[in-house]
Amino acid sequence: MSATLSYIKKDSPIHRLTGSTKFIFFLIWSVAAMITYDTRVLVTMFLMGVIFFVMSGLKWKDIRFAVLFMTWLIVINLVALYAFAPEQGVGIYGTRHEIVHLFWRYSIVAEEFFYLFNFMMKYLAVIPVALLFILATNPSEFAASLNKIGVSYKVGYSVAIALRYIPDVQRDFHEISQAQQARGIDLSKKDKLTDRLKNSAAILFPLVLSSLQRIEVISNAMELRGFGKNKKRTWIVERPFKKCDYVAILVAVLMLAVSAGFMVINGGRYFNPFV
Amino acid sequence: MREPIISFKDYTYHYRAQAEPTIYHINLEIFKGERIIIVGPSGCGKSTLAHCLNGLNPFSYPGESTGTLTICGVDAAKSSIFELSQSVGTVLQDTDGQFIGMTVLEDIAFSMENDCVHKEEMIRRTYEEAGKVSLVEKLEAAPHELSGGQKQRVSMAGVMINKVPVLLFDEPLANLDPAAGRDAIELIDHLQKDGEKTVIIIEHRLEDAMHMGADRIILMENGRVISDSAPEELFLSDRLIKAGIREPLYLTALKYAGIHLTGEMHVERMQDLMLEENHKEQIRKWFAERKAKEPAKEKPEVLRVDGICFGYTPEKENLTDISFSVREGEMVSIVGKNGAGKSTMAKLLCGFEKPDKGNLYYEGEDMSGDTIKERAAHIGYVMQNPNQMISKPMIFEEVAMSLTLQKLPEEEIKQRVYDTLKICGLYEFRNWPVSALSYGQKKRVTIASILVANPKILILDEPTAGQDFRHYTEIMEFLRELNEKGITVLMITHDMHLMLEYTERSLVFADGRKIADTTPQALFSDPELLKRASLKETSLYELAKQCDLPPESYIRAFIEYDREVRA
Repeated sequence: MSATLSYIKKDSPIHRLTGSTKFIFFLIWSVAAMITYDTRVLVTMFLMGVIFFVMSGLKWKDIRFAVLFMTWLIVINLVALYAFAPEQGVGIYGTRHEIVHLFWRYSIVAEEFFYLFNFMMKYLAVIPVALLFILATNPSEFAASLNKIGVSYKVGYSVAIALRYIPDVQRDFHEISQAQQARGIDLSKKDKLTDRLKNSAAILFPLVLSSLQRIEVISNAMELRGFGKNKKRTWIVERPFKKCDYVAILVAVLMLAVSAGFMVINGGRYFNPFV
Repeated sequence: MREPIISFKDYTYHYRAQAEPTIYHINLEIFKGERIIIVGPSGCGKSTLAHCLNGLNPFSYPGESTGTLTICGVDAAKSSIFELSQSVGTVLQDTDGQFIGMTVLEDIAFSMENDCVHKEEMIRRTYEEAGKVSLVEKLEAAPHELSGGQKQRVSMAGVMINKVPVLLFDEPLANLDPAAGRDAIELIDHLQKDGEKTVIIIEHRLEDAMHMGADRIILMENGRVISDSAPEELFLSDRLIKAGIREPLYLTALKYAGIHLTGEMHVERMQDLMLEENHKEQIRKWFAERKAKEPAKEKPEVLRVDGICFGYTPEKENLTDISFSVREGEMVSIVGKNGAGKSTMAKLLCGFEKPDKGNLYYEGEDMSGDTIKERAAHIGYVMQNPNQMISKPMIFEEVAMSLTLQKLPEEEIKQRVYDTLKICGLYEFRNWPVSALSYGQKKRVTIASILVANPKILILDEPTAGQDFRHYTEIMEFLRELNEKGITVLMITHDMHLMLEYTERSLVFADGRKIADTTPQALFSDPELLKRASLKETSLYELAKQCDLPPESYIRAFIEYDREVRA
């Protein structure tokens, strides 16, 4: 069970890549998926993503919750797209192959469903890589990699430290809510919405106060050990680029080139099997 | 003439947010290689003094200073928190909060990273420093995989890596169990001798902090240094008692026996104490005059735990086969190492978690099926940190919360809240905001907010953690009054004084099992059991042995007598 996504320590070819590599890879990969609607490219990217995921040694249970959540989002997105513009695909591909008419302006049209499929594949091409980036990158290394591409290390570090303290805040929340339930706070759905909002305030108020205290301690501890002293800092977890890092980035760049190349061949972003 | 490494000259510090200065006219010199312990009641200014040393004042908590403070030849007022951190390394009280890195390795290296040290050198120095605190095997570990004592060792390594000449410890013992605390003091001693460091320890638990001795003890009160002397001189005087600080127990015991303390007796530490035969005779005579109190009549059973097993995950059992019963009006301490299962037991009693096996009985009735709310009518739970419980801005609202939620008539709520506030000595504050109260008073508010529901049993998690002697006495005497009114009190605690002075019974937990159910006096006379509970022997035990007295009865006699004297 893991409702939150956080770094999972493992030893795999993916984990051995530096944080910067994974970050750059993720960025290039996203651009490659964003610019194209070419089914062949997107399916290839998705399959490669799945292969990378298997290589990382991460388990289905690590991502189940996140995948279900994103599936839900994608479904809503597709339904909305179809509901508002049921003939969008016809406009894009220039032909209309109706399979069956449903009702009013809605029909099952091959072009529209091909378009929606491609739209979904754009998500699927990126999701495995995005999940890998989150689950296989040590937050400190992530901070280091942000710093490397020019983001201030203070920003990078605040992200890393937020990730570091999420479990603590979760534990606080759990304990506070138990103690408040003992005092009669009911969080079940029996109460009216306004009561429930009021009740959750009884948990949030102490949680915010104790978190503020924690932040004070952390920021004191960091300053006392020289955080913010210099414009730059080094990172003990930072690793030098190895051959595999260059290979990984090369793979991403090639994918981008393929994606762009197909745009030239197709004469646009869409691959059109209907003509 | 030695050069002082730290020198306060007529130094006054005034926080911008305060009406009055917090420390006044401090004149204090600390020399290289010295070990200093700073004691004083809460609010005496010892933390402010520490913050002036490490630069948090004024750089994080703005304020004005007059007079001068020189640290390693640098004028603190013209310096910066970063420059001062090169001279003074600070280990804070909160072992979790100051753990910044994702792993031990990163945390130890943190300050070097900020100094832009090259990676190879960082790794080399981190291994070296981790070796000094025996943590090389744990370098890859995340904070939640470490014990409190280990986390503190990480923090020590993390500040020593800068080769700082001064180490400043802000209440290093407050979050550790007694055995881990003793190890921490021994390690500090070792590190100091090894690296010729100057060590400053701020601590309430004076006897524990003195375990490896000190060159001087600074006593502060109301923002001023009122005593600055060798431990011996301070212990021979009555200054500690006047300032409301608990002196080491063996000294109190000697004084009770009517022994006049002198310099020849080496009173600084129990290990060094030299007792003449006539002193021992005096102690034996005092003991012979004590009469054992009649044991109280056995009251009916109010709570019974029968064969409880529980695990947060199916893979690991956190509690195994726990059985015990509690009688009405008892005051019981639940003791043991962190992670031994004490808090888990409390959660099961309150119904926050459900046992996998076994039953819980309240007044003979099985309450396994009761919800959290239903249990709360009988069993109240008070968390360690009052800030985690208080959810209303006003005292009245906070105490009234559970009644308001039951939608009781307004008149009844008012009556019950006022009655509870009277019991808790908070009636005069009934219209105050919670934020205006001290920590101890807030604690009372949280207890009041539970008591208002009329529970028969009160479970408290570390009721006195981090409190000075005066607040400790205040909170505990209050709990005792409640207890005398018939409320059964269970307390999870590491505090040896609390166990001995306020409870008649201790349940000892280790590795998810109950390993003993005994009197605190018997517990503290059993070195083997103490070790398993991560506690340590008291100096009273040692004193009794030196005088050939039975430790258990001697400790009991001392505690009873002490209670009479203090009341």
